[in-house]
Amino acid sequence: MSSILLTTKGNNGEELPKKLQLYSFSTSPPSFSVRIALNFKGLDYEYKAVNLFKGEQHRPEFIKINPIGFIPALMDGDMVIADSFAIILYLEEKYPQHPLLPRDLANKAINYQAANFVCSSIQPLIRLPILKYIGENVGHEEKVPWVHKHVGKGFAGLEKLLKYHAGKYATGDEIFLADVLLAPYIIGYLQRYNFDMSEYPLLSRLAEAYIQVPSIQDAMPEKQPDFPIN
Amino acid sequence: MTTAGGEELPKKLQLYSFFMSSASFRVRIALNLKGLDYEYKAINLFKKEQHSPEFLKINPIGYVPALVDGDIVLADSFAIILYLEEKYPQHPLLPHDLEKRAINYQAANIISSSIQPLISLPILQYIGENVGPDAKIPWIQKHVGKGFAALEKLLKDHAGKFATGDEIFLADLFLAPQIIGLTQRFNYDMTEFPLLSRLSEAYKQVPAIQGAMPDKQPDFPIN
Repeated sequence: MSSILLTTKGNNGEELPKKLQLYSFSTSPPSFSVRIALNFKGLDYEYKAVNLFKGEQHRPEFIKINPIGFIPALMDGDMVIADSFAIILYLEEKYPQHPLLPRDLANKAINYQAANFVCSSIQPLIRLPILKYIGENVGHEEKVPWVHKHVGKGFAGLEKLLKYHAGKYATGDEIFLADVLLAPYIIGYLQRYNFDMSEYPLLSRLAEAYIQVPSIQDAMPEKQPDFPIN
Repeated sequence: MTTAGGEELPKKLQLYSFFMSSASFRVRIALNLKGLDYEYKAINLFKKEQHSPEFLKINPIGYVPALVDGDIVLADSFAIILYLEEKYPQHPLLPHDLEKRAINYQAANIISSSIQPLISLPILQYIGENVGPDAKIPWIQKHVGKGFAALEKLLKDHAGKFATGDEIFLADLFLAPQIIGLTQRFNYDMTEFPLLSRLSEAYKQVPAIQGAMPDKQPDFPIN
């Protein structure tokens, strides 16, 4: 498992380990979401690359740190938290700077709903192991229709949900939880499946807005140490 | 609730629910624990009532469960429960300690993202039709097994009487319906999961969970 140790300096110039460590895979949308959240909150972290294509999440070194074996995983001192939604809620409570949830309860609830749409209705069905199963057991030409069906259903729901709440971003004029979970799916990830975004005008507009945001730009797969070069 | 003149006033909270839906079950437990009265509005997912114009008018997304609280309409069990937690703080569903809260969020997400979406009726139908009827059980075993194994590890050092201590919290709201649903629908073998089996027994003693069970709901089929 490769990692790039980025450290801060102690009083005598010695290298101190960063407190937060993020186990991440560059192109994985949930990892991307956590990177966005960390950037927004100005939180420094050590990037620990785990290559999902090579099955590195099953390696003993990683399982020892995170017995559940899921990516992304955040290590904060003694705590290890997996699952992007749980990590972001934890970060929101532990590091309240630059809040990722609005104060207004109704708007907060819309953010929870939109975030969970992504986490429960879209992501679980288009993960690599699921697509691999579909490819091997139904047919390789079935993977793309499967993605289109489930992403399409989720995106249609999001278009309706966000229609009366969106501003510059998903639920208003600031980036919140809904944006953090949604952005990784709509800025380029689905091109590999020839997914047509034109049926989703609101999401398309949000995608254009997201690519202008520095915290999102810096979190993009291409900017990560483990982004495949070829 | 009635007025002085005896007429029925609408309950403030309305829950659109299907008796069998494990996500609806989670919300019913939360409402019971918080002592919140609500009007049960049955939506039969088998009959595709979630697509009816009346329901879509109230909830354009058409998902069940959905909560109506005055002007607010909210779908998704996780979102509904977090909303209820803030709006009606009695009988908290999350512990004070941040680490324990994080464990609850993770456990709830293992259920709502890693297990339930993969064993929903439409997905099982697809597997049955496109891979083969014999493929459904192995598929369920694989995904439930992986999720339950993760939960056993996650909760090992935190469980008490219930999943994350001696009180019912968010994790239990997601776990109870999942375990009960699996044992009832698929006769799922829980012997590899000793902690979850123990929790399952504990849940049988909790009135708020028992009252939320599918067979206690108004739309449970009588025959």
